[in-house]
Amino acid sequence: MNSSAPSSINRTAVLGLGLWVALLVLLSHWMGRQAHHWLPVPASNAAPLVDGLFSFETAIGTFVFGAVLTVLVWVLLFNRAEKYDESDAVPIEGNTRLEVIWTAIPFVLVMAIAVYTMRVNHRLGVLGPMEHIHAHSPLEMQGGYPADRLPAEQIEVIARQWSWEFRYPGRKISSTELHLPVDQPVTFRLNSDDVLHGFYIPAFRLKQDVIPGRAIDFNLTPTREGRYRLRDSQFSGTWFAANQADVVVESQEAYAAWLKQAAEQPLQNGLSVAVQEYAERQQKRNPGWATVPPAPPPQVNVPGSPNLPHDA
Amino acid sequence: MTIATFPPEPPPPASWTRYLGFSTDAKVIGIQYIVTAFFFFLIGGLLAMVIRGELITPAADLVDRSVYNGIYTMHGTIMLFLFIFPVLNGLNNLLTPTMIGAPDMAFPRLNTAAFWLVPVFGLLLIGSFFVPGGPATAGWWSYPPVSIQNPLGHLINGESMWILAVALSGVSSIMGAVNFVTTILRMRAPGMTLFRMPVFCWTALAAQSLQLIGLPALTGGAVMLLMDLSFGTSFYRPEGGGDPVLYQHFFWFYSHPAVYVIILPVFGIFSELFPVYSRKPLFGYVYVSVASFIIVGLGLVVWVHHMFPSGVAQWMRDLFMATTMLIAVPTGVKVFAWLGTLWGGKLRLTTPMLFCIGGLVNFVFAGITGVMLATVPIDIHVSNTYFVVGHFHYVIYGAAVMGIFAAIYHWFPKFTGRMPYEGLGKLHCLLTFVGANLNFLPMHPLGLMGMPRRVSSYDPEFAFWNVIASLGAFLLGVSVIPFLLNMISSWIRGPRATYNPWNAIGLEWLLPSPPPEDNFGEEVPTVISRPYGYGTGEPLVENQSEIEKRLQLQEVLA
Repeated sequence: MNSSAPSSINRTAVLGLGLWVALLVLLSHWMGRQAHHWLPVPASNAAPLVDGLFSFETAIGTFVFGAVLTVLVWVLLFNRAEKYDESDAVPIEGNTRLEVIWTAIPFVLVMAIAVYTMRVNHRLGVLGPMEHIHAHSPLEMQGGYPADRLPAEQIEVIARQWSWEFRYPGRKISSTELHLPVDQPVTFRLNSDDVLHGFYIPAFRLKQDVIPGRAIDFNLTPTREGRYRLRDSQFSGTWFAANQADVVVESQEAYAAWLKQAAEQPLQNGLSVAVQEYAERQQKRNPGWATVPPAPPPQVNVPGSPNLPHDA
Repeated sequence: MTIATFPPEPPPPASWTRYLGFSTDAKVIGIQYIVTAFFFFLIGGLLAMVIRGELITPAADLVDRSVYNGIYTMHGTIMLFLFIFPVLNGLNNLLTPTMIGAPDMAFPRLNTAAFWLVPVFGLLLIGSFFVPGGPATAGWWSYPPVSIQNPLGHLINGESMWILAVALSGVSSIMGAVNFVTTILRMRAPGMTLFRMPVFCWTALAAQSLQLIGLPALTGGAVMLLMDLSFGTSFYRPEGGGDPVLYQHFFWFYSHPAVYVIILPVFGIFSELFPVYSRKPLFGYVYVSVASFIIVGLGLVVWVHHMFPSGVAQWMRDLFMATTMLIAVPTGVKVFAWLGTLWGGKLRLTTPMLFCIGGLVNFVFAGITGVMLATVPIDIHVSNTYFVVGHFHYVIYGAAVMGIFAAIYHWFPKFTGRMPYEGLGKLHCLLTFVGANLNFLPMHPLGLMGMPRRVSSYDPEFAFWNVIASLGAFLLGVSVIPFLLNMISSWIRGPRATYNPWNAIGLEWLLPSPPPEDNFGEEVPTVISRPYGYGTGEPLVENQSEIEKRLQLQEVLA
């Protein structure tokens, strides 16, 4: 800046800059509020924590992006070389104080986010202790209920190429549609019969890979009634995209009624879009590239439907 | 120095056929790399068009699901291993020796071998489209057990060819890295200390060191994967006592740093070009140079952030989140340094400058979503969704590829002796910037809503953003047309380039355009100051005005 410039110009510049920063702060705050709308409905006790963090980072990110963009637009508007001006600019090679400041600011910022996040992490604590299990015994394959080794409130999740099966131990119920009572903590025991899968319910903001050869305990508490999608989130082969299931969160009474009704249903083919599409595919003269055939549909009391409207 | 050779013998007009053979000239190899890379870029891009064509509607209705999986796998693999790494190695070949005043690379024949492996594994990979069962379909991560399922049971199958190609690519990259590191450390011009070296060379040195450290892990991991796939071992097979998550460690130990191998040279390009086109020295040269190595150090200890939902312990989540966050610091320093360079400059909005500015905007956006991804709870929600795909493409296409285009336009006159056309270049830049943002921005809301990546079909609520993304992708496809038109027509009949058309400072701009085969030959100038002396009036090398006069005279005589 020109040292001979009258101080009134400096004052105007400071005022203008201050106004612009205030405007950016307001915009960032607004974006932070908006961020909640970009996410699915929050349906678990984890969701508000995750959404709060995301909103906070959106606000900070908006401010940083806005500031960088401001500088860029400023130089593009006011620092363009005049036509036919071949000369160089004033050679400023650096400024140690500035460099220290702009190292310190991002450092403090990201460390603050990291500490905030670690707190959220520990409050979430979704990942239970893991244990290695032995490859399934043939007994398990025959449609029995080996999950009786689990505590009663646990739901056993079995991921396959390509279906999801949910077993309610103690109640001798099995389903390809997950039913959960609202506001009750629930523990899942995640197992895979073949490859990696991802247990992902966007409305719950939670995701855990399902790893063959490991049983992973996974806790969550649904907080909102509704019908949500469970999606396979770890690529699992040909019908990966179709490997979805519905999660129904309902009141205690409705859940009890569902359990009762489900127990009375006979075992039948569970939901597996892959099995159906595979059969159609085999009819074609040129069915595409090689694929692993889908596992037979699990035998369940409640198959559910893939086409009901869901909240998220 | 004498001018006894004056007037210099005009070099014999070199035949274009030298680009088809086993040349040991780094400048020929550089162009071979770049042209080969863009050939595969077109194939990879075509696959991207199929992907976006499939995803323009919710149902899996364009191609069979197995075909979709093969196509997205090959898109990623081709773009990374056959486009972006080779194109960067091409730039390294062109720029490293000329920028440091070396006559060639340290090991010219190793250089030739490293390049010729590229078409070999390229053919292997493309050939896998035609074997029974089709190509690999397990994604470019190729996570077991899905990658070792081998439905047909053949010994030669898409997956085994994929693994071999990736391993060969690793061998080629290691050969290249040995060469670049040695050349930069041992063959600099007299007077060019490390802290007088252009930032591009700093970033190349950093990136190639990462290759040397990281690639053995990937190659080892890939060999074990091949053993599991073809020879019945159980490194990753749970039923044999193996651990599928182990592979993920091997894979990401290299493949996360691989992103820095890609982006660091692009930081180098930004650091070279912003000073030229704002006529100011690079702000904080020393810090920017050193920051590359801070990124290398941190980049080696962040890989588990790709595995937060894979079943890793809480302490690992916390630790790797913190290291990942820290990378924002040296990276932020670079961004601020570029802004400091632009500030108060005399900006010239040429095609390369516009590409750099567009790339910088995209990169800052990608950095912000990167910090979001580093925070574990958010990552757990959006990992393996389109949010990650969007972030990644902002880094790789939005920032890296735009930086590479900037470099190509900027150094095109130096190595071809012809000027590219500005109008076509600016059109290319506009289409790229708009197309990339239209293509990749919608992926973020999709991911936040919970749309997993790698899906061949999706629920109808995701349709809106997918349609926009697909339109953006098609625009990106179109953006390649002015680029190719520009490159081909200007190379054949563009206006002749002077030795320094951008009035830039650097050893490469003290060579004729195109430079002779051994660059400076016996008369390597002695470097006497730091790079980027714009506006300081200090010469870069001894007898600079004489060298420039000679070059001007040579051009007048030609």
